[in-house]
Amino acid sequence: MTTGSPNLSRRPDGAALVIAAILAIIAGVIIWQMSLMRVPPVQQRIGPTVFPYVIAGGLVLLSLGTLVSALRGSFPARDKGSFTPMLWIVAGLVTQILLLSTAGFAIATGLLFAFTAKGFGRGPLWQTIPIGILFSLIVWFIFARGLQLSLPAGPLERLLP
Amino acid sequence: MDTFGLLGQGLLAALQWQNLIYAFIGVTLGTAVGVLPGIGPALTVALLLPVTYKLDAAGSLIMFAGIYYGGMYGGSTTSILLNTPGESASIVTALEGNKMARKGRGGPALATSAIGSFVAGLIATLALAFIAPFVVKFALMFGPADYFALMVLAFITVSAAFGDSALRGVTALFIGLGLGIIGIDLQTGQARLAFGIPDLLDGIEVTTLAVALFAIGETLMIASTSGSIKDEILAVKGSVWMTLEDWKRSWAPWLRGTLIGFPIGAMPAGGAEIGTFFSYAAERQLTKHPEEFGEGAIEGVAGPEAANNASAAGTLVPLLTLGLPTSATAAIMLAGFQQFGLQPGPLLFTNNASLVWALIASLLVANFMLVVLNLPLIGLWVKLLAIPKPWLYGGILVFATLGTLGANGAMSGNLLGIRFSFELMMLLAFGILGYLLRRFGYPIAPVVIGLILGPMAEQQLRRALAISQGDLGILVHSPIAIVLYTLAAAAVLIPLWFRLRGQGAVLGQLASDED
Repeated sequence: MTTGSPNLSRRPDGAALVIAAILAIIAGVIIWQMSLMRVPPVQQRIGPTVFPYVIAGGLVLLSLGTLVSALRGSFPARDKGSFTPMLWIVAGLVTQILLLSTAGFAIATGLLFAFTAKGFGRGPLWQTIPIGILFSLIVWFIFARGLQLSLPAGPLERLLP
Repeated sequence: MDTFGLLGQGLLAALQWQNLIYAFIGVTLGTAVGVLPGIGPALTVALLLPVTYKLDAAGSLIMFAGIYYGGMYGGSTTSILLNTPGESASIVTALEGNKMARKGRGGPALATSAIGSFVAGLIATLALAFIAPFVVKFALMFGPADYFALMVLAFITVSAAFGDSALRGVTALFIGLGLGIIGIDLQTGQARLAFGIPDLLDGIEVTTLAVALFAIGETLMIASTSGSIKDEILAVKGSVWMTLEDWKRSWAPWLRGTLIGFPIGAMPAGGAEIGTFFSYAAERQLTKHPEEFGEGAIEGVAGPEAANNASAAGTLVPLLTLGLPTSATAAIMLAGFQQFGLQPGPLLFTNNASLVWALIASLLVANFMLVVLNLPLIGLWVKLLAIPKPWLYGGILVFATLGTLGANGAMSGNLLGIRFSFELMMLLAFGILGYLLRRFGYPIAPVVIGLILGPMAEQQLRRALAISQGDLGILVHSPIAIVLYTLAAAAVLIPLWFRLRGQGAVLGQLASDED
């Protein structure tokens, strides 16, 4: 958890400005989508658009608050993150998503496992991928066979009895 | 009294052998997963939800009770031995407990935490059993406007009252509320913010969001900073058992912690950590060994751990009687109920009485199992702590995606002819959101609570306004609603004052103790 030691350099916080903008954009999207909805006149006052408008209003206010906070530099200080490990993990998740339906759970999830381990500095992939696939196959067997969860099967899973 | 009879019946149900097995599996899995660093009770419950999918409602909820209490126990082990609390409620435990472990007194620290959790869990679960029927009677008088006021109170306490920035807390809440709009509006059948995507019509799954924010977000965060954090697992040296002196110094803090923690958890307010801070402050005031505080005082472990568990049991009061989740864990448990078509609230006690009482009784059973299991198995839990990070987080992601697939694994997406799971896509997107929230110091729990409570609040609001034919005055018409709004105002103002004094001091202490 981040404890609130404020950013000591009192310069506008660029990232916080972006957050303020994103909040405003979300509010805009909600308002835009709600304005497209056709609401029967009976429900004008208490229809399905009222609550979303309230939330959008709140988001606008929060965006302004974030803007002020960004300009005063009162966001917590952040360490410079390293992005390469994160990219490995995101790549692992994307690979898994794309491979699941064809290669099955064990291969796709084994790659996710190996890529994540790589993100945390454990390699090489030719070692971790087989470990990951074996591990995922065991997990698949327990959950798909033992607990009747419907998990995608591929060539490896079909080999199991 | 009636409660005795109902609780007795619940116990009979919970003590059936297959339910005992469910509870046993629950506590074992809960502790094993909860002990893993970086996994708090909320994520433990979310990750283990798929295990319960194929059971019947009673068996599943009983296993759930075990997982919930097991996750709590596991979390304290982590914070004592690793000084990286898996949950914010364990911050205080880490403070004194880790110091004790450093001095070679890790065994007694774990013991006082386990026995204290047991004492607190026992008293608080009994208190839950006796208070719940009264709250239910009271809740039956609530109209839609009162429910709405109650949810406003919960929103405020969950987001603004605690944590280090009200702005970021409320922003997190509104992100959750915004996500809650997505899907078909229950009253008119119109799609909102679905952008023509069929998968969005059912709305966003609470478990998908929770697993993404807690598991994927945390993994990304740790991966991006892992160079800078050093983890050192402290071996448990010497005897695990507490000396007579330890017992003497522990029993009063256990009881005080329970007394502080339970009411705080039982109120429709968020945050178990506030109870642990209060308890820590109280023990610091009352101790006969002030010089040991900050250096590993056993009271500083015993009190907050008891408070933590008591307030965890306390959060079940609003959850079961009002259908109001006040912590991320409770929000996920609510989702677990909903998967069986059960809606917690006053009606649950009348329509599914045997189920509710079996659940409460199995909390007692789980509590007994844990204290028996935990101390002898400490060696095993320590081994789990030592799993190297690459394997640990690889495994976490495997189970996170497994749970999501198991819950909703339809390959409904299509990209250039490749079918993929839309739910996993959302898991990834929310995982990145979770990373960003962490990176910029936003709390996670309000997002989850906003998602599940937002649609419920909207429903009550629209019901109230339909009754009054659009007159907003109805919202402040009943005395109950007025009291709740007053409490909501107090929940903003009192912590503001508190932050300037008590808690600020504890947080300052935290900062200065870091080495």
